Amino acid sequence: MIEIQNLTKHYGEIKAIDDVSFSVNKGEILGFLGPNGAGKTTTMNILTGYIPSTSGTAKIDGLDIMEYPREVKKRIGFLPEMPPLYMDMTVTDYLDFCSSLKEVGKKEWKGQKDDIMELVKITHVQHRLIRNLSKGYKQRVGLAQSLVGAPDVLVLDEPTVGLDPKQILEIRKLIKALGKNHTIILSSHILPEVSAVCERVVIINKGKIVAVDTPAELSKNLDDYSKFTMTIAGPEKRVKDILTQIYGVKYLEVQNNVKDDAYSYIIEADKDVDVRKPIFHKLAEVGYPILELKSLGLSLEDVFLQLTTEEKEVN
Amino acid sequence: MLAIWKREVQAYFFQPIAYVLIGLFFLVSSIFFTLGTVASGYAELNFLLQNITFVLIFIIPILTMRILTEDRKNGTEILLVTSPASVTQIVMGKFLASFTVFFVMFSSTLLYTVILYLLGGKPEVPMLIGGYIGLFLLGACFTAVGVFASSLTESQIVSAIISFVFLLVINLIDSIAGFLGGFAAKVLNMFSLLSRYKDLNNGIFDITSIIYYLSFTTVFIFLTTRVIDKRRWSQG
Repeated sequence: MIEIQNLTKHYGEIKAIDDVSFSVNKGEILGFLGPNGAGKTTTMNILTGYIPSTSGTAKIDGLDIMEYPREVKKRIGFLPEMPPLYMDMTVTDYLDFCSSLKEVGKKEWKGQKDDIMELVKITHVQHRLIRNLSKGYKQRVGLAQSLVGAPDVLVLDEPTVGLDPKQILEIRKLIKALGKNHTIILSSHILPEVSAVCERVVIINKGKIVAVDTPAELSKNLDDYSKFTMTIAGPEKRVKDILTQIYGVKYLEVQNNVKDDAYSYIIEADKDVDVRKPIFHKLAEVGYPILELKSLGLSLEDVFLQLTTEEKEVN
Repeated sequence: MLAIWKREVQAYFFQPIAYVLIGLFFLVSSIFFTLGTVASGYAELNFLLQNITFVLIFIIPILTMRILTEDRKNGTEILLVTSPASVTQIVMGKFLASFTVFFVMFSSTLLYTVILYLLGGKPEVPMLIGGYIGLFLLGACFTAVGVFASSLTESQIVSAIISFVFLLVINLIDSIAGFLGGFAAKVLNMFSLLSRYKDLNNGIFDITSIIYYLSFTTVFIFLTTRVIDKRRWSQG
């Protein structure tokens, strides 16, 4: 559905994006993830035909945006970072304007309009001036705008930025629902958002793609060792001796003294060995009870940080 | 293009700006009418039409200053550019919207023709028609300059100043030409918008003048599309 190949964009000396390639299948929700300034917006602006690329191609339905801008633009609904709203219009006037701007037939638009407003829940504010709406509602009107003309592809640039937590949840739910009928690219720098909504994630950093995978696979791939903290009641030195003797433990560190004689330890083990059972038995033998066990397996957050931070912190 | 035109015309009349400008224009033009026609006893509007060009130097920049700047500032430019409409269509829609307001504003002076007839005056019809056609064309040129200026910046004030200076220079070209004399004067006079207008206003229809006005407008609309395209190529 969407195919991006070797896309590069220079601003003078600066490479905003460098050789970016990925594709999105029909009906898929793709998360486009990266820290601020990584090139997400640039990629989206090129894909939607707002700015041209320096080299490389962006195709929708096999049509290159540079060669068939009109055709491609008709297939895309775009919600830019800042919703493109005319403050001096009412919601209905604005949506009517968008429909004629996007060359949606009058009849077709009549059939869509109420559904779209119902979907993003702006029916009750339709006669108000956009200027007087709250940020959350403005965002919804922006989203409604992208749905005008029922485009196959939705490109949403940070759709939840600046919203309160309740609104964020609602918008996410809405995007998930939209994913049933649309192919969606959604950019974000917020991880939970992407893992909650998207089926696949492209992580971009400094203009380059660093990973493409499902949210689950991404954290699994990098989670190649089991790592956890354990709080054990018992003399520090003795416990340390016992733990290091256990087969599979490759790293041990005392984290802190929790209480009296209870210490918490960070333990890393080979990934194909489950060391938790032998540790339990061994400690039970000598009578040092385990008070707490907590996995330190990598979350998507860690993956993201690892992929986008050059100097990895040695832990 | 029609969608953009319609929206912009509505925006003009939604805000006080169109009313204020039309009101101001009406005030000034009625002063000219009173002085140049009623008080002086000439049964013609040419004094009014000739002097109104000077008023346009102030009014057109204010009329056009927000036409493209606002889209850049509010981020709605992205909506327009990523729509199926081409940049030329966008600029044309914007230009026609500004021109429509100018048209409505300037049409108000037709009232004076009626008054002139009511007062028993018999103005020379070719002069009158020439004066009006000329001013509509001149207005189109000025509006195109204003639209061009508003494509250059994000600030309405800066846009207004640029087009004001631009229009002022256009108005002064005749004087500059007179000062320089010789060949330079000939060249400058060729480009002068106003000396051509004087001819039209005197009832001399010269097809080259009309073509010149239309070309001038087209060139500035074209330049505006180039500015927007250029920015798309260089910005993020």
